[in-house]
Amino acid sequence: MGGGTSSYREIEDTDLIVLWGSNARETHPIFFHHVLKGVHNGAKLFVIDPRRTSSAQWTEKWLGLHVGTDIALANAMAREILASGLENRSFIENATSGFDEFAQHVQRYTLEYAENICGVPSGLIRELAHAYARSDRAQICWTLGITEHHNAVDNVLALINLGLLTGHVGRYGSGLNPLRGQNNVQGGGDMGALPDRLPGFQHVENDELRTKFEKAWGVKIPPQRGWHLSGMFDAMERGELKALYVIGENPANSEADAHRTIKLLQGLDILVVQDMLMSKTAEMADVVFPAAAGWCETEGTVTNSERRVQRVRRALAPPAGVRDDIEVLCDLARGMGRDLGQPTSEEIWNELRSLSPVHAGMSYGRLEEMHGLQWPCYDQSHPGEQYLHGRLWARPVIGPLAPFSCVEQEPPVDTLDGEFPIRLTTGRRLDSYNTGVQTSRYASPLRHGETLDLSPEDGKKYGLEEGEIARVVSRRGSVVAPVRFDSGLRPGLAFMTLHFPDQVATNELTIDAVDPKSGTSEFKATAVRIEKAGITEPVPAAV
Amino acid sequence: MNVQNAPDPKIPVPRGPLPILPAQRPASMVEITMDGKSVSVPQGSTLLEAARSIGIDTPTLCFLQNLTPVNVCRLCVVEVEGSRALVPACSRQAEPGMVVQTHSERVRLSRRLVLEMLVSSVDISTAPQFQKYMRRFGARPERFGEAAPPAATDERDTAEPGHHHPPEAGAATVAQPVKIDNELYVRDYGKCILCYKCVEACGVDAQNTFAIAVAGRGFGARISTEYNTPLTDSACVYCGNCIGVCPTGALMFRREYEMRQAGTWDESRQTRTDTICPYCGVGCTLTVHVQEERIVKVTSPLDQEITQGHLCIKGRFGWEWVNQKK
Repeated sequence: MGGGTSSYREIEDTDLIVLWGSNARETHPIFFHHVLKGVHNGAKLFVIDPRRTSSAQWTEKWLGLHVGTDIALANAMAREILASGLENRSFIENATSGFDEFAQHVQRYTLEYAENICGVPSGLIRELAHAYARSDRAQICWTLGITEHHNAVDNVLALINLGLLTGHVGRYGSGLNPLRGQNNVQGGGDMGALPDRLPGFQHVENDELRTKFEKAWGVKIPPQRGWHLSGMFDAMERGELKALYVIGENPANSEADAHRTIKLLQGLDILVVQDMLMSKTAEMADVVFPAAAGWCETEGTVTNSERRVQRVRRALAPPAGVRDDIEVLCDLARGMGRDLGQPTSEEIWNELRSLSPVHAGMSYGRLEEMHGLQWPCYDQSHPGEQYLHGRLWARPVIGPLAPFSCVEQEPPVDTLDGEFPIRLTTGRRLDSYNTGVQTSRYASPLRHGETLDLSPEDGKKYGLEEGEIARVVSRRGSVVAPVRFDSGLRPGLAFMTLHFPDQVATNELTIDAVDPKSGTSEFKATAVRIEKAGITEPVPAAV
Repeated sequence: MNVQNAPDPKIPVPRGPLPILPAQRPASMVEITMDGKSVSVPQGSTLLEAARSIGIDTPTLCFLQNLTPVNVCRLCVVEVEGSRALVPACSRQAEPGMVVQTHSERVRLSRRLVLEMLVSSVDISTAPQFQKYMRRFGARPERFGEAAPPAATDERDTAEPGHHHPPEAGAATVAQPVKIDNELYVRDYGKCILCYKCVEACGVDAQNTFAIAVAGRGFGARISTEYNTPLTDSACVYCGNCIGVCPTGALMFRREYEMRQAGTWDESRQTRTDTICPYCGVGCTLTVHVQEERIVKVTSPLDQEITQGHLCIKGRFGWEWVNQKK
C-alpha cells in the first residue's frame, strides 16, 4: 500500500522535519501551517532544495543541492549515520532485510564524495545526518522535487532507506510522507488507477484477488498489468495504442516534450476527453463529454496526503448539458451493451467497500460523523490508522520485512554542456495550479504571468535586465519569456512553471526521459541556454 | 538498483496492530465557585470555558477558539474575589477555590462602557452581534453625542502618537474612506474594533506572514501594513485568513462587498455546503456559500482538524471558473 505514513497532526509533535524537494510553503500551504506549529513547538526544520525557497526561510539549515543529486546526499547521510554508530540496530534486526548489502553499498558515499556531487558542504550533510538519527521523532516529507526525475522511484527508495536505518517510520511522530499534488491523486491510486492494481492496492496479477473482482463485476479482467501514462505515449509511438479516453487530465499541456505529445495525440484514431473545462487536450478531441466539477457539483469522496478519505458534496447544480462523471460513464457502458443502472456515488462506494478490505469500515455515515477516516479502516468499529507500518515494531514483525534498497546516484539525463549550460527546473507558484485551466480565471494580485526566473548574477552575465524578454533554448524547443530575478536561485539555475501554457509553453523545453518504474518524466532537470530574444514588445499575458 | 529479498507486491500486506498514540495525561480537576454554583473543570481551563460548561453566556469580541487570546476587548471581563481589577475570562485560568461573579453590577457596568465606547466610534452595520450585546447590557452609545465627521483618506494612517485631539463637537470615531487596492480584499477600517484577530491569523497563530500589525497608540491605533503601503506592495499572500476571523466586516471579500453595495447580498437565500478543495493534496474542507446557483464566498469550519478555519489563496478564491462556465 502506498501512502504518507504519518498524519498532519504528528508533524506538530515531531522533533525534526526534513522537507526534501518540497516547497510546501507555496505548494501545500495549509500543511505548512502544521509544519510551522511543529517549528514553534521546537522542531528543527531542514529544507533540501536547489532553490532557496520561501519554505527555506523557516529552516534551521538549507541544503541547496544540485538538481538530481538526491541519492548521493541520502546515501552519504546513511553512510555517516552508520560510521557514527547512530543506526537503530534493534529495529534493523527485527524489521528489515538487505541491511548488510546496503551498509556495504553506501561505503563509497563519503561526505566529501557527496559534497563534490551535490554541492552541499560536507559539514552540513553530517549535521543533518546526525540530527535526523539522534531525534526521537523525525519525518521526511517530499514532493515532486524527488519524483519528477528519470530515477524517481530510486530517489524515493533512498529516502525510505534513511527511515529504515533510524527506525523513523511506523511510530507516532516519525514517518515518510509524500505530499500529494492533487486533491485526489492519492485516491486515484487507492481506487486502482494504477497500471498494476485493482481498488485497494490489490494486485491485478494475483489470481485470487482478480477472481474476486471478476465475480463481483461479472466480467473477465485482463490478467496482466497495463501501461502507465508515459508507457501509453510510447505505445502510441509504436502504434499499439490507437484510442485514448482522457478523464480530467490535460496531457497536451502537462506532459514533458510537448511537441512529441501533441504529435502522438494527433495520430490517434480516436481521442475522447471528459473534462470540466475546454482544455488544450479537449480542443484536440474527437468527442468531448462536458463533466461536472467533482468538488462542488457532485457527490463522492477524495483521499488526501494523510490517507484521509473525505466527502465532496454537491453545493450547486452543474450548467445545462454538463453531467456527473458517473452518469457519463454509465451511459457509455449502456451504449457498449452493458447496463450498469443509475447508481449513486454512495452505492458505488459501498460496492468498493465490499471489495477493498482497507476501505471496508468507511460508510458514508462514518465519513460524515468523523470528518473523514484514514485508511486502512477494516470494519465499522475500526478507527482508521493515524500512522502506517506499526507492524514493523511488532515482535516478531507482522508480515514481510521492509527491504533496504541499494540505489546509485545517476545524473539527470539532459546533461549540461557548453551549449546548454543552465539547469532549468520547474515547479508551482502559490496562487496558480498546474496548467492554469482553473486558476487563470480568478484575479490574483500575486500573479505576474510566466517568467524566466534567474539569479541576478546570471542576469548580469547574459546582459539581461529584469522584465526583458529572453529566449530559452533546450535540445527540444525554445520559448520566450520575460526575465525575473530571484535571489533564491544561484548562478546556473533557472526556474519556470507550467501555469501559463498559452503564454509560455514551458513543456516545449522539458525532456520526456521517463522513470521506467513510475512513468514520471524528468520535469525537474532540463538543460537550457539563455539568449537575448531581441524582442521589445511584451509577451502577451495569460488570459 | 538491487533490492534484496523484496516482498512480492502481489501479496497483500497483512493487517497490523493499531497505532499507539501518546497517552493523554488525565488532567486533574479544579473546583471553583461561579455565580454561586460550584464548577469543576480540568486544570488549565479558562474562566470562559468554565462559564460555558455551565451554560453561562459570556460575551466575547476578540476571542476566537483557534487564536491565542490577546485580552484587548475587555468585554468578557468577570469579577474574581480578591482581585483588584476585573479579569478577562477568555485567558484567565481557573484556580482552586476561585470565587467568580460573571454578572455582578461591576461587571455589567464595565461591559456596558466597553460597548458604548466601541459602538460610538465604530460602524457596526455588518456586525449584528453588537445589537444583541447592547440590548443585553443596556448600552447607550448615543449619550456621547452625534458622530464627528469622518477622517480624510490616509489621515488616520499617518497619525503620530500624541496627535489625537478630541473633536470639538460630537463623538470621536474611526470613520474613514474604504480601502480598495486589489481584486480580492476590501478593508473598511471605519468598522475596525482593533480586536487583533486579523493580526494573529496573519501571524504565529496561522499564516505566519506578518503582513499586518497594529500601528500607533491610543485612539490613533490602527491595523497597518509595513509603512502603510498598499496591500499589493506588502507581504500579503491573500490567504484571506484575516477576513475569515474578522468579527465586524471591516475586512471583507471583494465579491461580498460589491454584492452588499449593489444590495444583492442575501444570506437568507444562501446555502452552505462543506466539500474538499480541488487543488493540492492536503484536503482542506471548504464551506461553499452559494446564492442563486453561483458561488459567492468560500470559508472553512473552525473546528476542522486540517484547516482550523484557515485556507490559502487558491482554496479561498480559485472557484471563479465555476461561475464563469455557466
